[in-house]
Amino acid sequence: MTQPANSRPMISLQSVSKRFGNFAAVDSATFDIAPGEFFSLLGPSGCGKTTLLRMIGGFERQSEGDILIDGEPMGIRPPNQRPTNMVFQSYAIFPHLDIAENIAYGLVNRGFDKATISKKVAQALEMVRLGGLGNRRTNQISGGQRQRVALARAIVCEPKVLLLDEPLGALDKKLREEMQIELRQLQKSLGITFIFVTHDQEEALSLSDRIAVMARGQVLQIDTATALYERPNCREVAGFIGNMNFFEGRISSVANGVAAIEIGPGQHVRVAASGSSAPGQVAILAIRPEKIDAAATMPQGNGSISANVIKARALAGSYLGDRSLILAEWREGTAPVSVSLQNRKAQIGAETFAAEAPIWLTWPVEAGVLLNN
Amino acid sequence: MTLQAAPTTTAASLQTARPEWLDGLWLIVPTLLIVVGMMVAPLAGIVLVSFWSQTGFDIQRDWNLDNYRILFTAEGALYRILILKSLWMSLTATIAVVLLAYPMAYFMAFRIERAKLIWIILLTVPFWTSYLLRIFAWKVILGFNGVINSGLKFIGVIDKPLEFLLYNPASVTITLAHAWAAYAVLPIYVSLEKIDRSYLEAATDLGDSKWKRFWRITFPLSLPGTIAATLLVFIPTVGDYITPTLVGGTSGIMIGNSIVTQFGKANNAPLGAALSCVMMLAITLAVCAFLAVIGRKRLKAADI
Repeated sequence: MTQPANSRPMISLQSVSKRFGNFAAVDSATFDIAPGEFFSLLGPSGCGKTTLLRMIGGFERQSEGDILIDGEPMGIRPPNQRPTNMVFQSYAIFPHLDIAENIAYGLVNRGFDKATISKKVAQALEMVRLGGLGNRRTNQISGGQRQRVALARAIVCEPKVLLLDEPLGALDKKLREEMQIELRQLQKSLGITFIFVTHDQEEALSLSDRIAVMARGQVLQIDTATALYERPNCREVAGFIGNMNFFEGRISSVANGVAAIEIGPGQHVRVAASGSSAPGQVAILAIRPEKIDAAATMPQGNGSISANVIKARALAGSYLGDRSLILAEWREGTAPVSVSLQNRKAQIGAETFAAEAPIWLTWPVEAGVLLNN
Repeated sequence: MTLQAAPTTTAASLQTARPEWLDGLWLIVPTLLIVVGMMVAPLAGIVLVSFWSQTGFDIQRDWNLDNYRILFTAEGALYRILILKSLWMSLTATIAVVLLAYPMAYFMAFRIERAKLIWIILLTVPFWTSYLLRIFAWKVILGFNGVINSGLKFIGVIDKPLEFLLYNPASVTITLAHAWAAYAVLPIYVSLEKIDRSYLEAATDLGDSKWKRFWRITFPLSLPGTIAATLLVFIPTVGDYITPTLVGGTSGIMIGNSIVTQFGKANNAPLGAALSCVMMLAITLAVCAFLAVIGRKRLKAADI
C-alpha cells in the first residue's frame, strides 16, 4: 500500500521500547501506520508483537520512546483515554451482561442517550451478522459468535485504531477463514485503521496491506505480503515466511548487476546483486522451493547465463496431490534443498525421482534473492 | 459356559448395574450420617419439644400451641423485640464485616502476586487463639479500666473512664465484626481471584475509569462471594450468645441469651425450643428477603 505523501500517519512509533531489566521485549520500534491501513504484526510467540500492541493500546507502559496516534503523543495515557479499542484474544465478553449490554458497554461511557445506544447496538449487531441475538446470554452463543460480539463491542465505539490481539486464534480452521474474509470486508467498509497481531503467516499475508515481521523484540522488515515473500531482507524473514532454501558462500565476482557466489569449490550460483555487493563478501542465495525446477537428466544449454544449475542427489519425495515435494542433497553436510513441483501432468514429481538418483536443479537468476546474513 | 453366552451375560450385567447417579455417593455418606445424627435429629427434637409444655420440673407431652401463642401475643412482645434487635445487631455487624473484608480480599486478589498462601495463613492467625479469648480481649480493650480508657486517661483526654464503651449493643457489634471478619475475607477473595483480568482491561479499553470499572465489572462479578460472606456471617451471629454475655451487659443481650435462660435458669425447655424455632424462622425470612433484594437475575448472571 502506498502512502500519500501529504497524509499524516495514523500511528507513529518513535523508538518505542519495552525493557524488563536487560531483556528488551520490544527494542526501539520506529515506524508509521497510515490511516485506513490493515497492518499486521507477525512473528513467533515471544517476539514482542503483543507487547507492542498493548503499548499502543495503553495496557503496557513503554520504557522509552513515544507513540503518536493521529499526531497526538500518547505518553502514559491509560487505555480509556486513547482513541483505540481492542479485540482481546480471549474476547473478554462480560459474563454478567447479555450480548446487547456488552456491545453497549463503551457507548454508555460516551454519554449517548438510551435510544441512540439501542439504535447503535442494533446496527452493530447487524454489521457482525448477529441481528436479533441481543438479549442472549454470553454462555448461549458459540465461539465464532463471541468473536463477533467482541468485534462489535469495539467498533461500535468508532475508534480511530482497532487493535486485534490474535482474534481468530481460538477458532477452528473453517470458521477462521470465514472470519478473515469478514474482517477484511469490515475494515474496508469502515475505513478504520486495523492493527492485527498474529503468529499465523498465511493469515497475515492474506489480510494485510502491510506486515511488520518481528523476532526477539526487533522489527525485521515492514512490507507488503508480496514484497515480504519475494524480497525478504534477511535470512530470518525469509525462513519465517514460507519455505526457503539457502546457499551460503562468498561473492566471487559482480558483473552487469549479477553476483556470482561460490557455494562450493568451483561451484557458482548467480543472483541479482545489491548495491553494496562486492567480491569477497559472505553472501547467501535464497530460493523458494517452487521456483526451482528439477530434472532427472542434465538440462540442455546449462551454460546459459540466465539459469543456475546444480547437480544433486534425490533423498526423498512426497506426493501432495496438487504438488510434489522433493528433498535433494547437493553436497554432503549441507541442509537438503527442497523443491516443490506443480503436478500439472499426472505422475510427475515424487515417482519420477528415485531415491539416490541424480537430480538436476535449475532456476532463473532473477528468481533468487541475495541476502547478507 | 459357551462362547456365545458371554455377550449375553455382559448385557445382563449392564442392565443390573447400579445406575450412574449412584456413583460417588459413598463420598457424602460420612457427612450425611453426621448431619442426620447431629443436626437433623436434634432439630426435629427441638421442634417436637416446642409443642410440649413445662409444669414445674416435668415436661408434659401434651401437644399444644401455648408456647407459640405466648410468643405471638402481647405476652411475648419482649421476645419479639429481642429477635428483631438481634437481627439488627447481626446485620450491622455483617455490614461492618463485609466492608472490612472486601478491601482486604481485593488487596489479596489483585495486589499480592507472590506467596498468596502466606497471606491466607496470616488471615487465620486470630483463630489460633480461642473464640472466648478473642472476645475477652475486647473486654480488656473496651473495659472500665481497659486499654482505651487508661490510654485516653494517660494522655489526658478524659478524667474518668468512659462508661459507654462496654456493655451495650455497640460493643457487641464491634466484637462480632472483629471475630467474624476472617470468615468473610475468604469467599470474597475467591470470587475476586476468579475474575478474568482481561474483563478489567476490556472495561478500561471501553472507556471506564477505575472507579466505574469497579462498579460495572468487579463488584457484580464478586457478588457470589460477597453474598456467601454475608450469609456466612449473618446467620451464625444472630444466635450468638457468648459475645453478648461477655461484652453486652444488660442492654446488649441477644435472642441467644434468652434461649439459654429458658433452657437453664427459667427451666422452660418447651418455650426455649419454640423461641429457637421462631428465631430460625426469622433468620430464614431475613435471608429470603436479602436474596430477593439482590434479585434473581443478578444472582443468575453472577453464577457464571
